[in-house]
Amino acid sequence: MCLAVPGRVLDIEERDGTRMATVDFGGVVKEVCLEYLPDLKVGEYAIVHVGFALQRLDEESARQTLELFAELGLLQEEFGDPWETAAEAAGSEPVEEVRNQ
Amino acid sequence: MKYIDEFQDPELARRLLDDIHATVTRPWALMEVCGGQTHSIIRHGIDQLLPDKIELIHGPGCPVCVTPLEVIDKALEIASRPEVIFCSFGDMLRVPGTGRDLFQVRGEGGDVRVVYSPLDALRIAQQNPDREVVFFGIGFETTAPPNAMTVHQARKLGIPNFSMLVSHVRVPPAIEAIMSSPSCRVQGFLAAGHVCSVMGMGEYPELAERFRVPIVVTGFEPLDILEGVRRTVRQLERGEHTVDNAYARAVRAEGNPAARAMLEDVFDVTDRAWRGIGVIPQSGWRLAPKYRAYDAEHRFSVEGIRTQEPAECRSGEVLQGLLKPHECEAFGTLCTPRTPLGATMVSSEGACAAYYLYRRLDMPAAKAQEATPVV
Repeated sequence: MCLAVPGRVLDIEERDGTRMATVDFGGVVKEVCLEYLPDLKVGEYAIVHVGFALQRLDEESARQTLELFAELGLLQEEFGDPWETAAEAAGSEPVEEVRNQ
Repeated sequence: MKYIDEFQDPELARRLLDDIHATVTRPWALMEVCGGQTHSIIRHGIDQLLPDKIELIHGPGCPVCVTPLEVIDKALEIASRPEVIFCSFGDMLRVPGTGRDLFQVRGEGGDVRVVYSPLDALRIAQQNPDREVVFFGIGFETTAPPNAMTVHQARKLGIPNFSMLVSHVRVPPAIEAIMSSPSCRVQGFLAAGHVCSVMGMGEYPELAERFRVPIVVTGFEPLDILEGVRRTVRQLERGEHTVDNAYARAVRAEGNPAARAMLEDVFDVTDRAWRGIGVIPQSGWRLAPKYRAYDAEHRFSVEGIRTQEPAECRSGEVLQGLLKPHECEAFGTLCTPRTPLGATMVSSEGACAAYYLYRRLDMPAAKAQEATPVV
């Protein structure tokens, strides 16, 4: 829940009056809100939690952390299929995720 | 030192450990507040690498675990309604309410969806104007600002079919409650790094002074935890009790001012019940009056749901550091990740789940065999 993953900003745009970015987490790309770090620039790294950039991070620390998270399977835990995880833990069949209409 | 070669920088790990071993002269009990740190500690065997004189007590910093049973029941009630699309983070799916969980509600036909970000739930509301979209807003100070921003956006954009079931909690009042308990053994705290990356360190000096405990802001990686322990033990050995930052790459003294301002705007501080622990004064947030229209509890009239917590789950004692998970008689038999009695056994930050996944301490061989998950 409090896991925050370092990511690198690929590009930035305004959407619905909100500063949003595309962020790369060691190969997984997500939409991230930059409202709490408005001066973050393309190419910089930040710690991202549930789709929000919360604090800048230097590149070296970010790379090391990403490497460790990948090794430990934490990126899979963060960005993988939660229904599959829950089904596995409950010992039942996975449920199909509803496609967002 | 069976785990040390698995550290990212074994040489640095060894140096930190040598320093800790050389510094310690008497027993100390430290509490790591955050459940993410608990998992890191058990997974990497950090507690076993430390001197025997240092005990790590696991704290209540698992938001999934401390969400009261009645809040889970409110979520299940709302999620079961045909007009509702219920959105949640993935780690709430298998938290047991009374008799079922969100995963089962989904199996029974409820429209439960997992989102990565609360803003995804807002987008689902925009795409489904004829449905009520509810987001389950739980978490500590790290997760509260994203949820606050989402409610703020819903109001700004005038999205009428979005609301949030809020059960946010705050770390400093929990530290205060732990230190005020007569059975408290904690002599130093590893404070949760990501909470401080938002809130800064301003709330801690007063607590460090009043209870005469060192509070060291600590990260989540094994080396971060060793450094947090090293600095805490140094202070204890010298008779000091200050607030120190061992996670400076991600934590600044002022935290994130924009996020703190949004918390001020959207939420009011309130008393909050913690699962297994009870009410801790001023330990949570609720939506401020001007955002009441977005409060799912009010919108779906579930304020009245009251639930007794089951006596057989001792997670409250685990969350307060009074009981180690494997000391609970239900651990690994009655209570497993497949059949959890409480949230601490299913949360990725729950202490019981960490012990179950990475260790079977003091269990008879047959019981350990039975409790071992098939990977």
